[in-house]
Amino acid sequence: MKLPRFSRKTLCIPYVVFLIFFVIVPMLVILFYAFTDSEMRISFTNFIQFFSDPTKLSTIVYSLVIALVTTVVSLAIAYPVAYILARSTLKKKYVILMLFVLPMWINFVLRVNAIRELFNLLSTLGGMDWLANANYFKTVFGMVYDFLPFMILPLYTTMLKIDPSLYEASADLGASGFATFWRVTVPLSMPGVMSGVTMVFLPSMTNYVVSDMLGNAKVTIVGKFIYDYFGNDWHMGSMVALVLLVVVFLSTWLTGGFQAEETARGANL
Amino acid sequence: MAEHIIELQNVTKYYDDNLVIDDVSFYVNKGEFITFLGPSGCGKTTTLRMIAGFDLPTSGKILLNGKDISLLPPNKRPVNTVFQRYALFPHFNVFENIAYGLKCKKVVNTYENEQGERYQKKEKLSKKEIAEKVGRALSIVDLEGFEKRSISTLSGGQQQRVAIARAIVNEPEILLLDEPLGALDLKMRKEMQIELKEMHRRLGITFIYVTHDQEEALTMSDTIVVMADGVVQQIGTPAKIYNEPSNTFVADFIGESNIMNGTVVGDKKVKFCGKTFDCLDEFGLNEPVDVVVRPEDIQMCAPEDGKLTGEVISVVFKGIHYEITAQVGKFELVINSTASRNVGEKIGMNIAPDGIHLMKPKYTTNVFDGVITKHNTVRFADGEFACDVTQLYPGSHIDDEEYLITAAGEKIDLTDTEVKVEVGLHDIEISDDAEAGGTTGHIISIIYKGDHYRLIVRTDESEEDFVFATDDLWNENDFVSVMIPKDKIKLSLKHVEEKKR
Repeated sequence: MKLPRFSRKTLCIPYVVFLIFFVIVPMLVILFYAFTDSEMRISFTNFIQFFSDPTKLSTIVYSLVIALVTTVVSLAIAYPVAYILARSTLKKKYVILMLFVLPMWINFVLRVNAIRELFNLLSTLGGMDWLANANYFKTVFGMVYDFLPFMILPLYTTMLKIDPSLYEASADLGASGFATFWRVTVPLSMPGVMSGVTMVFLPSMTNYVVSDMLGNAKVTIVGKFIYDYFGNDWHMGSMVALVLLVVVFLSTWLTGGFQAEETARGANL
Repeated sequence: MAEHIIELQNVTKYYDDNLVIDDVSFYVNKGEFITFLGPSGCGKTTTLRMIAGFDLPTSGKILLNGKDISLLPPNKRPVNTVFQRYALFPHFNVFENIAYGLKCKKVVNTYENEQGERYQKKEKLSKKEIAEKVGRALSIVDLEGFEKRSISTLSGGQQQRVAIARAIVNEPEILLLDEPLGALDLKMRKEMQIELKEMHRRLGITFIYVTHDQEEALTMSDTIVVMADGVVQQIGTPAKIYNEPSNTFVADFIGESNIMNGTVVGDKKVKFCGKTFDCLDEFGLNEPVDVVVRPEDIQMCAPEDGKLTGEVISVVFKGIHYEITAQVGKFELVINSTASRNVGEKIGMNIAPDGIHLMKPKYTTNVFDGVITKHNTVRFADGEFACDVTQLYPGSHIDDEEYLITAAGEKIDLTDTEVKVEVGLHDIEISDDAEAGGTTGHIISIIYKGDHYRLIVRTDESEEDFVFATDDLWNENDFVSVMIPKDKIKLSLKHVEEKKR
């Protein structure tokens, strides 16, 4: 009897099975639900309804705006931190880096709860009444707080990989510190910016735990929207999920996230 | 007299607590090709970086055309650097890399307005001017047509050329080159050496070149600065450095040398290898000297005609000559000759007076600052050694309680007494057992002296050096412990000496 030959390809089988059952089949199911009505007939009613309903469209726009603001604020905070840490000659700089990343290891819900309590405390006892209804502010604050490490880490690793002699070469050729920053540091840290942006932008569009807990349930983002629809109307829920997929696909494509070389140069956690 | 374009005055540099440049002073003439030569860690790159402005001297001055530029940032200095690893910008193509410096530059242009008044404006170079200059730089390095190429598609040699073009396009007063050929293969390196030399001739600017390759330095330079341990060992033309090395380090580092201990026995007469030779250098009678003889300065002849006779123990063919090693008594001499000999053959050897170079030995004894401990041992050079403290006071002895009783019966507690410790060159032994000796360190230098080796062991913390002779072969960087017999440690009181002064 001939034994079946064990090749390296055999090792792929579990992964292929996983891909089929947990990626491809669910996608097809979503596609199917999105373009069928409650009697399982093919129809475009969900599609038409979605794009003719201003509340649905405005939710997508709100989500985009919140995600965009979160990403920009995270980048504005993370970039200087990563730059200073990567270029410092401190022997213990990993300790500082660690302090930024450490919150990631504490349960996510606990952290968001803690922020909510902190805001409550500030608005009731601290006299900052405006905080009570600043739902969008609190949501963005919570998201920045949660996703900041995902921005800092790729930026830091990319900047660490920039050869310090390039800075010296730039200065040697007559560039001021400011010119060196714009013409050497910024372009060479772009892969890190891209992976950081991808890692912050996408979760902040869908992570409704933060918006629910900090936004007094007044802030609805796409993630929440999908969750709610899957309670009673799978067809509309699937349509929203599909629209989100397209938005995500487009934004990833725009930031160049599909270029193999770029991701290789960028930093992964 | 030539103009001094760069002058270093008593420049000293510490990195944290490490002394890397120790009081270096020299000047560079305008238009010269000068090379800093030395083993790794000798401070040559640091010196270059201080001229470029990447490192600032801890003390001392760097003058450019007579003006102090010690603290000027690199972007304000009219010098450009070719980096060891090229440091080309990976996100720019060849043209953008070379144009980088030109885009940063501003030139003063004079204009005339309608009223005929002249006025000046600081302007960036125009696109056309930049393109012209880049094109010219590319043609100097033979890379015409490479403008649009990405850096990652270039070979090492081509990247090297781009790096040179990027530096010279700015028309610097001085071009600094930090081991620029280190990453190239041998054949490529030889070609680039000739091209660089040719470029230097055509551009007429000052080149400051750093290398650890002595052959490269000899081939290319007008002047060589030999450095070791953060100190300038010798400055001179290649021929002068090769023919008249100023100390055994230079003799050993530049080319092959036979280095032996000798004694001056008369007017221009020196004795080594058991024979007396005529020489050209004058030293005091009976003075111990280091004798340096280049392998090509030993002439072979018939055994009966030679002042020295010996037996050939090895012959190695080196292309244009044979390297013959001869055993002369207990000495081994290396001879370079176009004639071959057979192993085991008896030969005679003569050395002409101008082939014998005498040098004052750098080391005649080891001197340290020490402190006597509670237990009548002495602490110096990161370690503690047993010693005889009674030699500090003639006729004294130690009592039961470890106090010193002088000849006059006076009782002295020697604890914390500062002393000068002296150890002879032949009184030190080393062991690879770290626990065996009083202190530990790494071997930083080995020089073969014909019948023995002269080693320098440096302790890790206070960087004290032990210089001594040994018959055993060790390797550089070996971690060893230093042993000194109790009776070989000579002590003298420090404060007494100070009083004498």
